[in-house]
Amino acid sequence: MQIQDLFQETYTALSANKVRSGLTILGIVIGIGSVIAMVSIGQGASGQIQSSIEGLGSNLLTVMPGFAQQGRGFVSQGRGSATTLVSDDTEALEDIEGIAYVSPEFQRRYQITAQTGNNTNSTVIGAVPDYANVRNVAAANGSFITEAHVRSMGRVAVLGPTVAADLFGEADSVGKTIRINRINFKVIGVLQQKGSAGFFNPDDTIFVPLTTMQKILAGSDALSSIAISVATKDQMPQVQEAATIALAAEHHVDLENADFSIVSQADILGTLTQVTDTFTIFLAAVAGISLIVGGIGIMNMMLTTVTERTREIGLRKAIGAKSRHISRQFLAEAIMLTFLGGVVGVVLGWVISTLVSSFAGIATSVSMSSVLLAFGVSAAIGIIFGYYPARRAASLNPIEALRYE
Amino acid sequence: MIECRNIVKTYQNGDVETRVLKGISFKINDGEFVAIMGPSGSGKSTLMHIIGCLDSPTDGTYLLDSKDISKLSDDELADIRMQKIGFVFQAFNLLPRATVLRNVTLPLMYAGTAKEEREEQAREALRGAAFPEEFWNHSSNQLSGGMMQRVAIARALVNNPALVLADEPTGNLDTKTGEIVLDTFQRLHKEQGRTIVLITHEPYVAEHAERVISIRDGNIIEDSKVSRRRLINGKI
Repeated sequence: MQIQDLFQETYTALSANKVRSGLTILGIVIGIGSVIAMVSIGQGASGQIQSSIEGLGSNLLTVMPGFAQQGRGFVSQGRGSATTLVSDDTEALEDIEGIAYVSPEFQRRYQITAQTGNNTNSTVIGAVPDYANVRNVAAANGSFITEAHVRSMGRVAVLGPTVAADLFGEADSVGKTIRINRINFKVIGVLQQKGSAGFFNPDDTIFVPLTTMQKILAGSDALSSIAISVATKDQMPQVQEAATIALAAEHHVDLENADFSIVSQADILGTLTQVTDTFTIFLAAVAGISLIVGGIGIMNMMLTTVTERTREIGLRKAIGAKSRHISRQFLAEAIMLTFLGGVVGVVLGWVISTLVSSFAGIATSVSMSSVLLAFGVSAAIGIIFGYYPARRAASLNPIEALRYE
Repeated sequence: MIECRNIVKTYQNGDVETRVLKGISFKINDGEFVAIMGPSGSGKSTLMHIIGCLDSPTDGTYLLDSKDISKLSDDELADIRMQKIGFVFQAFNLLPRATVLRNVTLPLMYAGTAKEEREEQAREALRGAAFPEEFWNHSSNQLSGGMMQRVAIARALVNNPALVLADEPTGNLDTKTGEIVLDTFQRLHKEQGRTIVLITHEPYVAEHAERVISIRDGNIIEDSKVSRRRLINGKI
């Protein structure tokens, strides 16, 4: 018995009862389609989170004050109020090989008022010019903070687009004056829209020169964090290690009791990816249930078919078919059903995920791996749920099968 | 050549043991046309199943072409059926939606014959069964009973078997179409020298064969040449 014979037999058998075959396939279509759609929504969401994390700056290491405790991850003990990071630490980092930019930052929330009478409570970040390179920000209007501003403790501010809109509405805010903590600042630029990245929204911030922030606004030499941009992704582990050693030396502490911690982008990404992966698995599991129901539909149909075609099986055996020919034929029918269901299901899942992303605005991505997974699962379902009916057909006694009414 | 030596078949049904065949012995030579006749319950169907290698005897020896097949496995029996036996059933047992040609090529599919060769052999078998060529590509469920049985005969012939085994081949047909089928057997016997074993309960049908083995209650009660053989075309 050749492969094309098997195909022809299968085609003939399935097309003999198109409605029944169609409904059975539909069960698999819905199962596979929902698995593909759900996984694509999950993967899309995790892709979106990943790209917005990476949007915060590429190859980023963040040095934070406070203590890291072994086994409990990073515990920020009064982060913000901890003052273990100071401006001098920046210089200790600058010589490490592989570092592209170092951006010391100091952030605090202040009440900001404009001459229009609008006011807002927002995060004010004391920054240096390299901040723009490290965090991937750029001015849409005007300019970002310059070296001269930092040196001269200039009372200038760069607004995030959200803050600019809150304070000045549609009007151009460059050149206007705002009051941060009752001190006048001149607006020299407005940043490009960037979009929120989880808990931190770079659009809802105001930037002032670091020196101005430390000396005039906060009256403290401390830093709330140091962002380090690493030249290449491969160098991140080495740079992280070198930076840890350099800072520990600068602070005269040993590594176990460091009064700072360095978190890499990969760490943050890893945690969030774990969350979205769990979410994806959950969605896929729900969809998987419908796949199992579809598989039971296949088994149901195949058992009915075997009973209906008992005499045909008897005849085939009488003219020389062996048990394995019979079981192969029925298994092929079950696999063909699930395979067709799989193909249509992948298309359906792809259509659903496209519709979801265009109407609901949730990013989705149908990955090759989820398509392959769906095919693998549908083939496996065909084999698992087709095996029992096929065995039953093959084990029929030809004499009894021929007599069956 | 078929040889049955003291064939016994018993069925176990719970505690009750039924002896269907009680020691049957006979020989059928190549090229013979034999009818096995008996009323229902006589054991003729069981005997046919054993001769057709669908079943194995409980005791005794069955030799087909000098080969003892009474102890073979299911797969080995399937091979023997494929190579040496052609079945014709009372209920035709054709695949209803498949064409005539496809029905006839079915045994060759399991025999692993190459596709081109199958069609060739099927045409030959259909011609042998006197099946009109214009219906070769019709679905078998569009045919009349007599036509269907001739497709079944062609299917039985297609693997060029040593033995054609017909189980009540006229049972579902009226007398006239039944005669056409019997004529087909007689021609195959005469022209191609086929060995044909016909199982029937009707003496009228049995008289179309050369020799009749009558069985009753699991024993042979008579084994004789047909003295006044019925010939459809009267030429023998």
